[in-house]
Amino acid sequence: MSLDKHEMAALVARDIAPGSYVNLGIGQPTLVADHLPAGAGIVLHTENGMLNMGPAAVGDQIDPDLTNAGKIPVTELPGSAYFHHADSFAMMRGGHLDVCVMGAFQVSANGDLANWHTGDPDAIPAVGGAMDLAVGAKSVYVMMTLFTKRGEPKLVPECTYPLTGLKCVDRVYTDQATFLITDAGVIVRDTFGITFEELSDRLDVPLLRP
Amino acid sequence: MTVTICDTTAEAVAGIRDGSTVLIGGFGMAGMPVQLIDALIDQGASDLTVVSNNAGNGDTGLAALLAKGRVRKMICSFPRQTDSWVFDGLYRAGKIELEVVPQGNLAERMRAAGAGIGAFYGRTGVGTPLAEGKETREIDGRTHVLEFPIKGDVALIGAFRADRMGNLVYRKTARNFGPVMATAAAVTIAQVSEVVETGTLDPEVIVTPSIYVDRVVAV
Repeated sequence: MSLDKHEMAALVARDIAPGSYVNLGIGQPTLVADHLPAGAGIVLHTENGMLNMGPAAVGDQIDPDLTNAGKIPVTELPGSAYFHHADSFAMMRGGHLDVCVMGAFQVSANGDLANWHTGDPDAIPAVGGAMDLAVGAKSVYVMMTLFTKRGEPKLVPECTYPLTGLKCVDRVYTDQATFLITDAGVIVRDTFGITFEELSDRLDVPLLRP
Repeated sequence: MTVTICDTTAEAVAGIRDGSTVLIGGFGMAGMPVQLIDALIDQGASDLTVVSNNAGNGDTGLAALLAKGRVRKMICSFPRQTDSWVFDGLYRAGKIELEVVPQGNLAERMRAAGAGIGAFYGRTGVGTPLAEGKETREIDGRTHVLEFPIKGDVALIGAFRADRMGNLVYRKTARNFGPVMATAAAVTIAQVSEVVETGTLDPEVIVTPSIYVDRVVAV
């Protein structure tokens, strides 16, 4: 069976080493936080200026001055720290962040990422911190469905959408398989309800067995 | 220049000229200096270039300024949001220019302006449409792109407390762009919840020292 978004999030969470400093992108990657092991000392960074971000705020915890990058009210944890935007992005751009998890429209076989703009003439482009994370985090993990709703692969030989970053993606977690992007090529680490042969057939990207 | 503690927001925004570049703090509504923006709307300056992370949320704050047609150009990282209907309408009608800047470049370009850095090379955006036409250079085996400072004529920021010298402290993630914008504008105007006597803020926790602050108003 293919994975649902919660199972994908759990898979990503299992691969994050204890003690990592991690940025989770807006949308599905946020779900990873629900699956991080307690007591592993994993510190969440939110680019609007906080380390050791706590869970979403509920009820009277809600404070308009304390939100995450998706503008959702969140909470503090013991050891939280605040800082301004230039410092927050220096953390990324300076290579201090261990892992970031982002969604994507497309990832290419060599790790190019496209996740900020569809390129449609009517679309309003919005990049946020995606380009900074793509070049700055030590490991860039993408979490996405493997195919669009129309059945087109999102792991592609070359991205057709406008790029976010070049050769920056290390792993792609999808509902059908987990891919490691390496210098040797794209390695299929796990499959979910699909065989390696079926994947090779449906993707226009050369695949390697683990 | 010593700080002016203003009695009203109208006094705080007096003299902002048509055509100014205005840095506006806030990330979404957190740290957004809504009362200063309302005063700027009343003050009437137009043909503005506004630099802010987002392009307005809902109908208040920056969105209200946009709705009045006072902004010629937005420089921001993330205009498109579920509640950015004011900007979306102006953009689709061709009534506003947009320069999308990666969020880290937005912050660092203002930091550079405030720190006297003529330009800097960074890796953000290399190989993407946002680096097209920009000068690049190989440094340490990697391509870097040259980025220039963004300097403001005015910064409007929201902080938590000021003392009467103009030292500022912030609250939680409402800090966001405030400290870097305060350094990057010719005139920095801060709205705060409270102005306290000089000497009552712990010098160890002041985030924006008074040297960067020109006018303060309690709202």
